[in-house]
Amino acid sequence: MSDAATLEFRSVTKRYPGQREPAVEGLSLTVPAGEICVLVGPSGCGKTTAMRMVNRMTEITEGDILLDGKSVRERRPAELRRDIGYAIQQIGLFPHMSVADNIATVPRLLGWDKARIGRRVGELLELVSLDPETRDRYPAQLSGGQRQRVGVARALAVDPPLMLMDEPFGAIDPINRERLQNEFLRLQSEIRKTIVFVTHDIDEAIKMGDRIAVMRQGGKLAQYATPAELLMFPEGRFVEDFVGADRALKRLALQRVRDVDLWKAPLVRVGEPVRDARGKVSDSDLEYPLLVDGDGRPVGWLSEKGLRGERVERELRSGPEPIVDLDDVLRDALSDLLQNETQYGPVVNARGEVTGVLSIEVLGHALRADPESVPSGADALFPAT
Amino acid sequence: MIDLLAQVQLHNRSGGGASCVADNGFCPGWIVDNFTDRYVDPFFQHVYLTVVSVAIGFAIAFALALLAHRRRWLIGPITQVTGILYTLPSLAVFFLLLPITGRGNTTAIIALVAYSLLIIFRNLMTGLDNVPEEAKDAGRGMGLTDRQLLWRVELPLALPEIMAGLRIASTTVVGLATLAFFAGAGGLGEQIFADINFKSNVVTAGGLAVLLAAALDGLFLLTQWLATPWMRARSA
Repeated sequence: MSDAATLEFRSVTKRYPGQREPAVEGLSLTVPAGEICVLVGPSGCGKTTAMRMVNRMTEITEGDILLDGKSVRERRPAELRRDIGYAIQQIGLFPHMSVADNIATVPRLLGWDKARIGRRVGELLELVSLDPETRDRYPAQLSGGQRQRVGVARALAVDPPLMLMDEPFGAIDPINRERLQNEFLRLQSEIRKTIVFVTHDIDEAIKMGDRIAVMRQGGKLAQYATPAELLMFPEGRFVEDFVGADRALKRLALQRVRDVDLWKAPLVRVGEPVRDARGKVSDSDLEYPLLVDGDGRPVGWLSEKGLRGERVERELRSGPEPIVDLDDVLRDALSDLLQNETQYGPVVNARGEVTGVLSIEVLGHALRADPESVPSGADALFPAT
Repeated sequence: MIDLLAQVQLHNRSGGGASCVADNGFCPGWIVDNFTDRYVDPFFQHVYLTVVSVAIGFAIAFALALLAHRRRWLIGPITQVTGILYTLPSLAVFFLLLPITGRGNTTAIIALVAYSLLIIFRNLMTGLDNVPEEAKDAGRGMGLTDRQLLWRVELPLALPEIMAGLRIASTTVVGLATLAFFAGAGGLGEQIFADINFKSNVVTAGGLAVLLAAALDGLFLLTQWLATPWMRARSA
């Protein structure tokens, strides 16, 4: 099977007999291959119905859905579904089958031989970070998180070019949900499937989506945009309210410290000529030099006293806190600054060396950045580099 | 009626422990002496009646359940009809059938099958209805056809209820089959009524019936235990 498919909704409408309002009305959107499209909205907005029309679990009333340019209506439902990964909120593992047999469901339908199925099950367990020993367990013997992973492994069994996921982390407690979301984004950065992901949680949508389709009552598409666009330019009251009053903070959660232009830090070492140190300060946006140790790690902000002699002396006006990591998300970094009642903090790389300074001004600037430059979905957490 | 009761002839109580027999006590010696002659054949006839009736009852109820599973509106009518068959006294059914099917196994089996249908059908439906909705949705969503879903997911998951139905049906049919001799089909009942005042006889024939019911029940329980490893895994 192929790597990823392009999915296109073409003015798709779903009407249930006996209901005046359509469940989905004239939905048109394209999901590029390899991206996560999140359908988000309040309950009854038709997001699940829209998703279920893709694999014809719900029949389309009007319009069409194309998978790599080919209409899903031309294919037999059972065959179509075997080509599309399917994971739902309650996971729906078969309680009477072992983990391995659950994962092997679609490979068996496709008539794979035993050896190939066995190999594939092993690969998938590793892919979703499950102990090989869980292979022969039954779903009732697994934790919620493990079950969810088996559900994802099962949906990925035949390497489908498209996956449908309906609130896959909905039944998981918040701490484990966060972990599973991150794990799933890591997985996606490897497998690069096209994914339709349904949720009612805007924070989850912003975290998981490369693109977000906000839907509203009556099955109408309110806005289709990248998370950054959605947070920066919500279209209309409904989207604005749905995204929330804290959308600036949400945007900060999309970016990492390494993604923004940091201030250059005036780094000085003990014993350095004071003239050089003063020169560095006048070159930078900061009033005081930052004292670092021999390995370039921050020691603290130097006071005026330390610059009185010929050579820099260890006279600190304050410690280096907060020390911000290059991989921190901007929202956490801002929280650190606020907590330490300071305007700026040194930024360090993985080795602990200072690479710049993050300030409130830098954060403000990041909020005005072009949404195109803000990564999303798996790219945000797991950059391609 | 007179004609029918005429078959309940008195057996002569020959064999060991003459004084015990004369006192109408419980005589192990007499039982040992008479076991092969008096009880083995009726016992196997009883097994035959029960097993064949439950098997046919299961086959019919299974077909009805599959039909009703697809066409839900059939559940009501099927439950009503099998319910009527269930409440009809078996003795009455024997007599009603005699003019049509005559004396013998056929008449007895028809009545026993009619009786077992409701129990097995209702348990089948309960089992199929209790299959978790999300397992069915996931199965369909992965591309199982209706038939594959039925055989690979729904029926295996309904197995505990189906087996429960078979256990109730088989134990009650063992009991009802003791009346089968009224239809001329023999069985342990014939032996009981042949000398209903003789304790040793009644205890032996009745005991065999109880033993048969318990054995069938155990057999189904064992089958279920072997066929549902996932139920055991839960506690492990």
